[in-house]
Amino acid sequence: MALVKGGVLVDDDWTAVDDETALPDGPVILSLKRWLDLRDTLVGRNGALGVYLAADETPDVLAPDLSRLALICLEFPKFTDGRAYSHARKLRERHGFTGELRATGNVLRDQFQFMHRCGFDAYDVDASSDPSAWLRAVAEISVAYQAAGDRRATIQDQRSV
Amino acid sequence: MYRYDEFDHTLVNERVVQFRDQVRRRVAGDLTEDEFKPLRLMNGLYLQLHAYMLRVAIPYGVLSADQMRRLAHVARVYDKGYGHFTTRQNIQYNWPLLEEVPDILDELAQVEMHAIQTSGNCIRNVTADQFAGVAADEIDDPRVYAEIIRQWSTLHPEFSFLPRKFKIAITGAPNDRAAVKVHDIGLRMVRNEAGEPGFEVIVGGGQGRTPMIGHVVRGFLPVPHLLTYLEAVLRVYNLLGRRDNLYKARIKILVHQTGVEEFTCLVEEEFELMARETPQVLPGGELARIRAYFQPPAYRALSPVSDVLATALGRDDGFARWHQTSVAAHKQPGYAIVTISLKPIGGVPGDATADEMGVVADLAERYSFSEIRVSHEQNLVLPDVALDDLPQVWRELEAAGLATPNVGLVTDIIACPGLDYCNLANARSIPIAQEISHRFADLDRQHDIGELKLKISGCINACGHHHVGHIGILGVDKKGVEHYQVTLGGDASETAAVGDIVGPAFSGDAVSDAVETVIGVYLGQRQASERFVDTYRRIGLKPFKEKLYGAR
Repeated sequence: MALVKGGVLVDDDWTAVDDETALPDGPVILSLKRWLDLRDTLVGRNGALGVYLAADETPDVLAPDLSRLALICLEFPKFTDGRAYSHARKLRERHGFTGELRATGNVLRDQFQFMHRCGFDAYDVDASSDPSAWLRAVAEISVAYQAAGDRRATIQDQRSV
Repeated sequence: MYRYDEFDHTLVNERVVQFRDQVRRRVAGDLTEDEFKPLRLMNGLYLQLHAYMLRVAIPYGVLSADQMRRLAHVARVYDKGYGHFTTRQNIQYNWPLLEEVPDILDELAQVEMHAIQTSGNCIRNVTADQFAGVAADEIDDPRVYAEIIRQWSTLHPEFSFLPRKFKIAITGAPNDRAAVKVHDIGLRMVRNEAGEPGFEVIVGGGQGRTPMIGHVVRGFLPVPHLLTYLEAVLRVYNLLGRRDNLYKARIKILVHQTGVEEFTCLVEEEFELMARETPQVLPGGELARIRAYFQPPAYRALSPVSDVLATALGRDDGFARWHQTSVAAHKQPGYAIVTISLKPIGGVPGDATADEMGVVADLAERYSFSEIRVSHEQNLVLPDVALDDLPQVWRELEAAGLATPNVGLVTDIIACPGLDYCNLANARSIPIAQEISHRFADLDRQHDIGELKLKISGCINACGHHHVGHIGILGVDKKGVEHYQVTLGGDASETAAVGDIVGPAFSGDAVSDAVETVIGVYLGQRQASERFVDTYRRIGLKPFKEKLYGAR
């Protein structure tokens, strides 16, 4: 896998940790279950924390913890499964999450624009992917009718200027 | 009607460029068919039995004369000279070449049309009353809100990969001509006690495999909250709708399995939260901007009575008969609404040739302020014809073979494309429609039978709306042989009902006999001016069943 942020390939500093392994040093990504188990014991841990949410797990339960989280991964089990779009908008617009929102799973360039609009800013893509495709994809449609997680000016905003 | 501004143009043009690139990547093999499929579907491109099929959106069924000419041009240049108007007020082309579809979309973009979201598991083209803005019984013009919904739903980033497709219909009148109770969301304009217009929100109706009449989840939604409320319903559905079973994925199943009360609570809760964050509140300025496009045309001050019309009615029985079925009351004195039947005897319901589209465009230009509507019953409408012009409009329609006086009668059949085109179908629909049409061709008989909605679907997906036909016919496959199940008493209007299955299915050559028998029972039992469906409601299934199967 490769990580695209801002249209370039970047190194992924994060380590995804399963529910049995002891936590290594450095930034770690935990499952929701493990996070809920460990959240109180991890206070004061020196190292960034991230949580992985499966498509059927609601981000609402993370609301009290968001200031402690630097990363949330949202899963697209299939690119046709659009639940994570709703999760992303909730995190950005309802809960005010400002950390990294990473799309993971079946993440394809033809959905980049929708993901970007919902508030994603990092994408786990196939290692063979051309990161410049991301820049092209999010620029393909330059106007938007709806207010969404990217907080861009909508067509209605532009009309009323 | 609505006209694109620079932003609307930009979006549609960029969309064409984007799709051109997707087609290029598909042809080059960079996209698999599985990856390409949802992309082409979101641009209305299906792969059917024999070829690709392109479904072009006609938002809420409103077309200009120029747009109709462009549809005719596409039919001539890129297809086999005809198109098929659908029950969702769209048009389908049955024979486009994949490589040429970007060019077709480009041609359409030039006249402010597109094929965005005419397919796929997204919010589909919004449909509305075909008499919107001109009907005498209207509370408010639903086109204003339909256009707002069109824009809001276009490339919606959150709701483009829903569990299943999502259809919204809107009517501004108490007489429901948009079948709002059998849509995922139906919006019906109502007034509150203070007299302000708003929406009754109906959720969870639908046809298909599991027909259901929708439930009212909000009795009165103030106009400014329309989009926020729609987002709340869609979000609840996107998160909780079933994704494990294609046949249980529509919102009607979620509403049914969750229970209406619980579902309503979930929506209201989401709505409250959403209203506090990114409010999609309709700004008054934008509402006024869009409403301005739907101001009435420059009607002349005419007498509500036309001597020209009265004379023609007295002189020509053919005209009088057409007038009786095809002309509806208009809110403006001296004007009428004309429905053009696309159901000639023995024809393919909803099909129109490029030449016919041209005739309708010309008539619209000369007699109806250049505007045309498409109805969900697969007919065309000239919404603003002066009463004095009706005889001439009829003569020109007659000359073009477009004056079949059967609107609302037994041969005004809704039918899906069926097994002649569709790769979902179990049975053919078109030949059955044609045979019934021939059987009841006699106009005196049709007019004697009166209002009768006959609807045919070639499979359980119910694109031909058979569940809500007064008489519904459903094609089924019985050991490799086409059979047809008959339902009675369905209704798509404000008194919506799902029809009752009358009994075992009939073979293809027996189905029009069965229809004949059913109508015979009605004629024998009807009291005074009862319509078929009224008689059915009064006497029930039993007399029909006995007559159909009694001898067996």
